[in-house]
Amino acid sequence: MNTVGEAFELALGMVVSADPQLWEIVGLSLRVSLAALALAAVLGLTLGAIVAVAQFPGRRAVIVAMNALLGLPSVVVGLLVYLLLSRAGPLGSLGILFTPGAMIVAQAVLVTPLIAALSRQAIEDAWREYREQLRSLGASTPRAARTLLWDTRFSLATTLLAGFGRAISEVGAVMIVGGNIDGVTRVMTTAIALETSKGDLPLALGLGIVLLSIVLVLNVIAFLIREGAQRRYG
Amino acid sequence: MGDAVMKAPRSLLPFSIERVGFVARGRSILADVSATLAPGTLTVILGPNGAGKSVLMRICHGLLEPSSGRIVWNSPELPGAPRRQAMVFQHPVMLRRSAIANIEYALELAGVARVERTARAWRALEQVGLAHIAGRPARVLSGGEQQRVAIARAWAVRPEVLFLDEPTANLDPGATAAVEQAIRAIHDSGTKVVMTTHNLGQARRLADEILFLYAGQLFEQAPADEFFAAPRSEEARAFLKGEVPWH
Repeated sequence: MNTVGEAFELALGMVVSADPQLWEIVGLSLRVSLAALALAAVLGLTLGAIVAVAQFPGRRAVIVAMNALLGLPSVVVGLLVYLLLSRAGPLGSLGILFTPGAMIVAQAVLVTPLIAALSRQAIEDAWREYREQLRSLGASTPRAARTLLWDTRFSLATTLLAGFGRAISEVGAVMIVGGNIDGVTRVMTTAIALETSKGDLPLALGLGIVLLSIVLVLNVIAFLIREGAQRRYG
Repeated sequence: MGDAVMKAPRSLLPFSIERVGFVARGRSILADVSATLAPGTLTVILGPNGAGKSVLMRICHGLLEPSSGRIVWNSPELPGAPRRQAMVFQHPVMLRRSAIANIEYALELAGVARVERTARAWRALEQVGLAHIAGRPARVLSGGEQQRVAIARAWAVRPEVLFLDEPTANLDPGATAAVEQAIRAIHDSGTKVVMTTHNLGQARRLADEILFLYAGQLFEQAPADEFFAAPRSEEARAFLKGEVPWH
């Protein structure tokens, strides 16, 4: 077994030399998490906007539930999606358990409440400010919701980046519903867990470096969007 | 009366405020206010801060439901149809887009065809002297500029009635003069202007007709020259002498 220093050196070499095994895993991770984000964005932003502007009985309960689901443990999501998609489950006929499709579903389930809760907050704050003005201009409630989604686009972009960060760095759910099958459902987080326990530190570390870089870049982008938007658009 | 009337077969005006009262959290804000507002006159709702002017205006514009009484329009707006009245708020809300896009947005909601919007928005900005900032993000404009963009946005849709709530309360004298000039031009174009102010000088400069509101009650409705020459109520006399500047 290598020392940590040697492992780190080898890991950097793999990243720089574009090691095919490493990049296959990275590529699958990105595809799965981007697809999950797209799904969660459509659901989460719609839900967030509706709850922000609509008046309906039980609205407070929905908000509390949405906020509670922010802290949803990913292994529990994995378990629920597993039960849903397993052959005896209600969606078993789809036959997507242990495929990237199942991982997309699991990550989307995990990230949708995050996007819904954060976007609801941003849109509701804007609604408080815009409400009379939009009513005065004659905007219907659905139209007002669309306007608010556009006007809060910079904080929503940050929200989506946070959602992507959560999806791509999550391990429990994809492990359960994907099965960590080499070349099929092995993503960065599950590979890191496996390779570490196997003692293949260079691959684990290499993936760790890529994952960290992705999360770091996401945060830099989020920061720049906020800064730039604030300065340019007020 | 121009295009507003051509678009709508029957005018919104005159409209009546019928025994309107408003209670918020157990406190009476307006009590038994009645008045009829006719087309052609520039109406100023005058009164000290806290008199209930903004609330009355919001009730007229349909943003607040009165606790009692009602607003009766000659030919009311249809629910779901484009609005035929507009309002400029004391703190106007600019959408997070350019100044001209703010106006185009209002025109879209007013049912104006896409091909016409840009030209009309331009004209509206020119009329308030702000064509040079058309492309600037509206939310980073100065307070006075935002107020004028808000007026252009309201004016561009050619409403039959335009409500303005303390349109110059937070502006310096230069910006105030520009806004007052725009208000006069809107009135001259045939739109019925109803505005609130606590500024006596502004009321003298602009008003054809005064509604004097004090402590939630309407004390006088009178032609401006009569009101300023010989106010009928004790409260109005005191206000004109500057004895009740704040409430």
